[in-house]
Amino acid sequence: MRYMMLIYSRETPDPLTPEQDHQVRSGHRAVMQETAQRGIFLGAEPLAPTSTATTVRVQDGRTLVSDGPFAETKEQLAGYYILECANLDEAIEWAARIPTGCKGQEGCIEIRPMPGLTKRPAGPADQAAVNH
Amino acid sequence: MRYILLIYSKEVPERRNYDAHWRLIAEAERRGVFVAAEPLEAPSGAATVHLENGRSFVSDGPFAETKEQLAGFYVLDCQSQEEALEWAARVLAACGGTQKVEVRRMPGMGARSSA
Amino acid sequence: MADVRSIAEAVFREQSGRIIAGLIRISGSFDMAEEALQDAFASAMDAWAARGIPANPGAWIMTAAHRKLIDAVRRERTRSEKQDSLAYETASAGISIDVEHASENPMTFPDDRLRLIFTCCHPALNVLAQIALTLRTLGGLSTPEIARAFLMPEPTLAQRLVRAKRKIQEARIPYEVPCGDRLAPRLAAVQGVIYLIFNEGYSATFGPELVRGDLCAEAIRLGRVLCELMADAENLALLALMLLHDSRRNARVLDGALVTLDEQDRSLWDRKAIVEGLELVETALRCGPVGPYQLQAAIAALHAQAATPAETDWLQIAALYQRLLAMNPSPVVALNHAAAIAMSGALEDGLRRIDELERAALLGDYYLLHSARADLLRRLGRMEVALAEYRKAAALTKNAIELRFLERRIAEVGGACGTSC
Repeated sequence: MRYMMLIYSRETPDPLTPEQDHQVRSGHRAVMQETAQRGIFLGAEPLAPTSTATTVRVQDGRTLVSDGPFAETKEQLAGYYILECANLDEAIEWAARIPTGCKGQEGCIEIRPMPGLTKRPAGPADQAAVNH
Repeated sequence: MRYILLIYSKEVPERRNYDAHWRLIAEAERRGVFVAAEPLEAPSGAATVHLENGRSFVSDGPFAETKEQLAGFYVLDCQSQEEALEWAARVLAACGGTQKVEVRRMPGMGARSSA
Repeated sequence: MADVRSIAEAVFREQSGRIIAGLIRISGSFDMAEEALQDAFASAMDAWAARGIPANPGAWIMTAAHRKLIDAVRRERTRSEKQDSLAYETASAGISIDVEHASENPMTFPDDRLRLIFTCCHPALNVLAQIALTLRTLGGLSTPEIARAFLMPEPTLAQRLVRAKRKIQEARIPYEVPCGDRLAPRLAAVQGVIYLIFNEGYSATFGPELVRGDLCAEAIRLGRVLCELMADAENLALLALMLLHDSRRNARVLDGALVTLDEQDRSLWDRKAIVEGLELVETALRCGPVGPYQLQAAIAALHAQAATPAETDWLQIAALYQRLLAMNPSPVVALNHAAAIAMSGALEDGLRRIDELERAALLGDYYLLHSARADLLRRLGRMEVALAEYRKAAALTKNAIELRFLERRIAEVGGACGTSC
């Protein structure tokens, strides 16, 4: 089953020291390489910091756009991995090795099973979209 | 430029109908912007791995006890932030409830240095 | 017939844990396993009433349950194969039946209870879910019984159980005994759940009763099963610890009033439990590297071995708490350490440490901190401040029996104070 590992960490304005940066990068590299070797790596992406985020919602039929992430939590979503694991324990083992953020020590990884979209409807759905 | 559209939702429907999403995906594919779209298992199905003093421990549930939780996401390859925001509004329409969509740029990982 | 029912109930208590553990392994589903087991017991009641009780009732139930499970799984498979691509997810998607092995003689099946207990106590489940699932499957307690034990409305607890089972399925929590590095923290979680159940029974946080004996007995039973299934010094120590605490059950409450350790009638202590507990502590300490349960059990052993309060080896106890503090630097352990130091003769030193704990703002709302400080102040003859502390403790406790005890102290100390307090 596919699991998504959401990396939550504290965004800091200070840049990492070269040592910290190296530690975080090599941590990610190790996980990516090993999981790719085992054929279970399905993707990993960093996300641009929340200062660049925009939130969209609908209220009374109108679309409202606001600056910033949807919630001002101390720790923010910094990136994710998607791995194919046999069960939750395997997912946990990999997650424990993923560096959690700016300084590599703080933050946490939330693991969510990915049930996948259900089966795609046949042709008529596409037709319906065109007709609108 | 790729953008991730994070769908945050208060309610977790017992059964999800993805027809509206499939229509949206079909259109995004036709426009050449579609990269991925995934629902996520409800937050009660989550587990969180914490790192403290170099040791990891596992706890149940999502990391944040917010009322709104991540329910799924789209990844789209758009020309601009404005275009991403337009699609975000349409994702909201496909969701059909009181969701919020947070749009974030995906800078990519850049050149990978050799091991 | 009363006979059939009581035998069936006895078999249920003894064997349901082991039977259900195997059924879950075969079907991959807690729900199907429970249903098959319940059906088997229902059949047993009918069959035994009509044809008499079989020579081996446990085997009868096990065989019947397995048969019903296979039938149910086959039905489920046929049903899901007949349906077209599913628009929605269903639980049956997760079933993976071990059909080949299912046709073997059920009596030769391995004991899967260890897998069951590790799965129930998985950290990805919230603690209440862990406790409820453990009591339900391994403990054989009914949902209303568990709800009553934890003072929860039954539908709420039932809902928690449903969610927990769903999570096991959806997140794919594996039905396995963790191996290698994974084992130690997971075993600690299992021990923690058992000890939580015991403590809930031993000194209820809420409500009028201080001790709920059946929960203690259940925890001890689970502790025995754990020791039986897995040789480990900490497992033995946990069982010892529970037995030693439980040995004081009859002396702890008198006429609905709490009796502290130093005031208890030691002739009411359960000697048999103490002997067993002491043996287990000794074995545990010989066995393995020393862990927190061994230290706590050793402390309990020292109390159990003192014929009178005055003979208690407080110096040793203080030393043990110090080691425990190094392993588990919790404010509660620090409080116990401070109290032990005080009792070993250094009253002022103990008091000073408690003051430090409060200053560190770690236990401000914990009534035992104020109660402990009040006790030391009382022994030092500082009645006015003792009274103030007892009053603070009384305001913070949620347990009716603890409250009555504190009120008694307030009356005693108030009397000693005179009208100046």
